Amino acid sequence: MDGSAILARLRGRLGARVLETHDHLGDHTAVVASEGIVDALTFCRDDALLRFDMLMDLTAVDYLKFPGREDGPRFDVVYHLYSVAHNHRVRLKVRVEQDAPLVPTATGLWPIANWLEREVWDMFGIRFEGHPDLRRLLMYEEFVGHPLRKDYPIERRQPLIGPNV
Amino acid sequence: MPERTARELFLGEGPGTGGGSQNLYVNLGPAHPAMHGIIRIFAELDGEVVVKGDVEIGYLHRAFEKECEIGPYNNAIPYTDRLNYVSPLINNFAYASAVEKLLGIEITERCKYIRVVMSEISRVCDHLTCVGATAMELGAFTVFLYMIKAREFLWELVEDVTGARLTISYGRVGGVKADLPEGFGIKVRKAFAEVRQVLTEVHTLITGNRIFMDRMVGVGALSAEESIAWGITGPMIRAAGVPFDLRRVQPYWAYDRVEFEVPLGKNGDNFDRYLVRMAEMEQAMRMVEQALERMPEGAINVDFEGREIPVDAYVDRGKQGKTEGLLLLPITLSPNLEGQGREAQRRVNVADKTIVMPPKETTYGSIEGLMNHFMLVMDGYGIRPPAGEAYFAAEGANGELGFYVVSDGGDRPYRVRCRPPCLPPVAALPRMIEGQMVADIIPTFGSVNMIGGELDR
Repeated sequence: MDGSAILARLRGRLGARVLETHDHLGDHTAVVASEGIVDALTFCRDDALLRFDMLMDLTAVDYLKFPGREDGPRFDVVYHLYSVAHNHRVRLKVRVEQDAPLVPTATGLWPIANWLEREVWDMFGIRFEGHPDLRRLLMYEEFVGHPLRKDYPIERRQPLIGPNV
Repeated sequence: MPERTARELFLGEGPGTGGGSQNLYVNLGPAHPAMHGIIRIFAELDGEVVVKGDVEIGYLHRAFEKECEIGPYNNAIPYTDRLNYVSPLINNFAYASAVEKLLGIEITERCKYIRVVMSEISRVCDHLTCVGATAMELGAFTVFLYMIKAREFLWELVEDVTGARLTISYGRVGGVKADLPEGFGIKVRKAFAEVRQVLTEVHTLITGNRIFMDRMVGVGALSAEESIAWGITGPMIRAAGVPFDLRRVQPYWAYDRVEFEVPLGKNGDNFDRYLVRMAEMEQAMRMVEQALERMPEGAINVDFEGREIPVDAYVDRGKQGKTEGLLLLPITLSPNLEGQGREAQRRVNVADKTIVMPPKETTYGSIEGLMNHFMLVMDGYGIRPPAGEAYFAAEGANGELGFYVVSDGGDRPYRVRCRPPCLPPVAALPRMIEGQMVADIIPTFGSVNMIGGELDR
């Protein structure tokens, strides 16, 4: 299915909950309101024409220092979907505010969302509502802060942990 | 708390414990000889059966994505070497292609073929390591030795082209570091003859071997539906019978111009994964041979009007003050810079001064070249893609290797995300080992081909 047709179908189903769509360098993207993301993902997965059966990637971007986005919603949670059945791709995005970084979980749709959401929580501090086991994935439990946030300085050192430290 | 007897402590008997036998908790790793990196598998055992598994990763986290954000675009290339360190060339090229997509440029035809050749050689290295290590853990040490020997022949090829064996840093945004060396095709043919012989030997040794089969057939299986739901790609999903291979379904570089087959399994168990990897190695070598044959040759050592020119004539003209057009003429470089001369750079790199470093004879030989060089390495200058985002996926040795790069218009990536192909199968590992014997963890984990650098980034 053609990328613009995918976006049109999404807009037809979700209406005003699709905030924005664009086609940049051949990657088709739809920005979805936070309350509509689970519906959007479910529709993408189950609709016979879309059949996005694989959650290829789930990540986030911190737009704190991005020109033009300094005041806007701070984070984007980015879903890359791929359809094995139809061999097409789409990118969905959810804008997340700094004060309440909370997004509904996709663990009910794809089991792999479990680890990917844990990584986003670990690296960006975005919580996923309804996640069964939201622990850090790459960093250790005692780590303070979320390293991929733009206001986390790369030089910061944290004390070593262990029984004798 | 009342004092407990040794029997209560060690056998779990007594009040409040439910009496009788209790499940045992066992840690495999973080440092276990059969763990292919540093990873911890926490298994709950009932007798010898795994009831529940939990996997803990992150021991090799080196902040790849954070480090990428603080340097210019090409500075991330050495970091990508250290993602999947068994096939670093594919990482280099996939990252470079993501940035090229962001820049909206098309690499040269010869460079596309070079990327195919080097990626496929890396894929064979990766599969050799995976199959060899898995076989060794099942007791077939000979297989490991043979396959590492075969890998050595391929690494010599890689060394010939890139100058290094492991941390090769050969890809560049807009092309590659240097052209292929003289006589590379002949060396490839020799090396492949050795690899093919090793593959035949290994096939004779273990395919059908009772010990090997007993521990591979029907173990660690995942169905096609489950593999898709877990986001598994690469040889593992093809072993479950799903014909998903990016080189075939969404061809990039020159993959649409070489012929190959996509080997498929049926049951998705460890044995099918082994067969898929063995078959893929042959297909990869086939692709390399075709690509080397069809690779377009650019002009070598010709002047700006297309005539060949000897070095002494070049020098003579310079002495006579006839410098007009001289910059366009090739000169002989030190052997250290083989493949990086002006003509070679023209064949393998895009012709855009704002992206690709000038060839060394231009940098050292003219003020314009030196300025061009500085404009690319100075802080705040360098490669500056327009603001936007791009996702590029290549078929890595373990599956879809995706790079999602966001640019804010500056000379450093705003965000680089690597979609690691071996994270989904490691996440699905508990699902694969639950209900199986504790000894089955080892071949299943081997068939996942977990690579720490890529998993933990």
